Amino acid sequence: MAEQNAKQGAGPIIKIAFFAVLALVLLSGVLFAPAHPGLAIHPMDQFEIKPLFGADHLGTFTPTNQTLWMVLAIVGIVLMLVVGSRGRAIVPTRGQSVAEMAYGFVYKMVEDVAGKDAVKYFPGIMTLFMFILFANFLGLIPTSFTATSHIAVTAVLAMIVFVFVTVLGFVKNGVGFLGLFWVSSAPLALRPILAVIELISYFVRPVSHSIRLAGNVMAGHAVIKVFAGFAAALGVFSFLPILAISAVYALEVLVAFIQAYVFTILTCVYLKDALHPSH
Amino acid sequence: MASNTHSTEAAHGGAEAAGMPQLDFSTFGNQIFWLVVTLVVIYFVLTKIALPRIEAVLSERQGTITNDLAAAEELKQKAVEAEEAYNKALADARVEANKIVAEARADIQADLDAAAAKADAEIAAKAAESEAAISEIRAGAVDSVKAVSKDVAKEILGSMGYKADAKSVTAAVTSRMKG
Repeated sequence: MAEQNAKQGAGPIIKIAFFAVLALVLLSGVLFAPAHPGLAIHPMDQFEIKPLFGADHLGTFTPTNQTLWMVLAIVGIVLMLVVGSRGRAIVPTRGQSVAEMAYGFVYKMVEDVAGKDAVKYFPGIMTLFMFILFANFLGLIPTSFTATSHIAVTAVLAMIVFVFVTVLGFVKNGVGFLGLFWVSSAPLALRPILAVIELISYFVRPVSHSIRLAGNVMAGHAVIKVFAGFAAALGVFSFLPILAISAVYALEVLVAFIQAYVFTILTCVYLKDALHPSH
Repeated sequence: MASNTHSTEAAHGGAEAAGMPQLDFSTFGNQIFWLVVTLVVIYFVLTKIALPRIEAVLSERQGTITNDLAAAEELKQKAVEAEEAYNKALADARVEANKIVAEARADIQADLDAAAAKADAEIAAKAAESEAAISEIRAGAVDSVKAVSKDVAKEILGSMGYKADAKSVTAAVTSRMKG
């Protein structure tokens, strides 16, 4: 009975809240409209790397805004996995459940995709996944900085995977690792051609691996900024781009997780190729 | 437009004229350095603290669950055994009861048979006795009828003026009675 009342009560409240927000947006559009409305869109400004602590020169070891948000990612990971699991309870608390879920999610992915013998590389893959996940989600906080939107960051991540997987392939299989490029199920005449294609696709892997992540993250953030620029210019009608920003933001939340997932599962696929190169 | 809004950044980000900070190679060294530091820190936090702890909790839980399941299996086995014992006791009792019933029935049957035989014998004896009495009575009756017939025949013959010959009268009566 009480539930029903609450449900009936929730409808009008949401409606009222919606119109209140809309009115607020319209009002702020009128009050804070720039004196000379014009398009001032700088979608790429948000990706600028600035030194922290008033340093005026960007050296190799200068802490930057990117450094700050990567440190915050570390803090987030520690909160989630270390602080969350500190109870070590047989029946987990909410925080511990989240930590265990994250562990189980990546562990199962490694086991299912790369095989049982890949489980010993699980900590490294977990590191990649947690870093990308937290960098993506922290980047969704307004005015924050998204480390994974930078190609330098994702390229290093992809190169770590590429070099590790290639070295591991040769260490585990010796020259047999080259069997990865020799499609033994194809007709003999086609095999050299396929080998060239396979070789090219192998070296393209780190490129697509890194650009996919940085591109997706950067595009979403830039689109939000473009809509924000419209919002500043449109005055009373700024609620339209603001609604669009909300929609894009929802999509970005999805993308933040999916790109971390895709990067990780591709790492597992490459690892599987290194451990079992036969086609 | 871009140049006058952030001319201060342009001082140390000269290569970003195209507006893509991602392609400003002067920041790459810095980015890569801090990224590697971050990754190393995360890796050590995970391998030294977080992952072993979560793994221990998960395996402990798995162990607890396995133990509980084993205990449950054992208890279930015990329950099955108890049920079997109960069923066996029930079956034994039933067999025993059937045996007792059969024995009782056999005893009763034997008693019944003995009593019936005794009664039959008594009845037979009584019947024989009666038979003898009846045949005795019948014999007596036949003799009386013979004597009366002889006398009546003699008297009839006498009254008709014939001299009754005792011998022939007797023979005639006897033959008549036979026929």
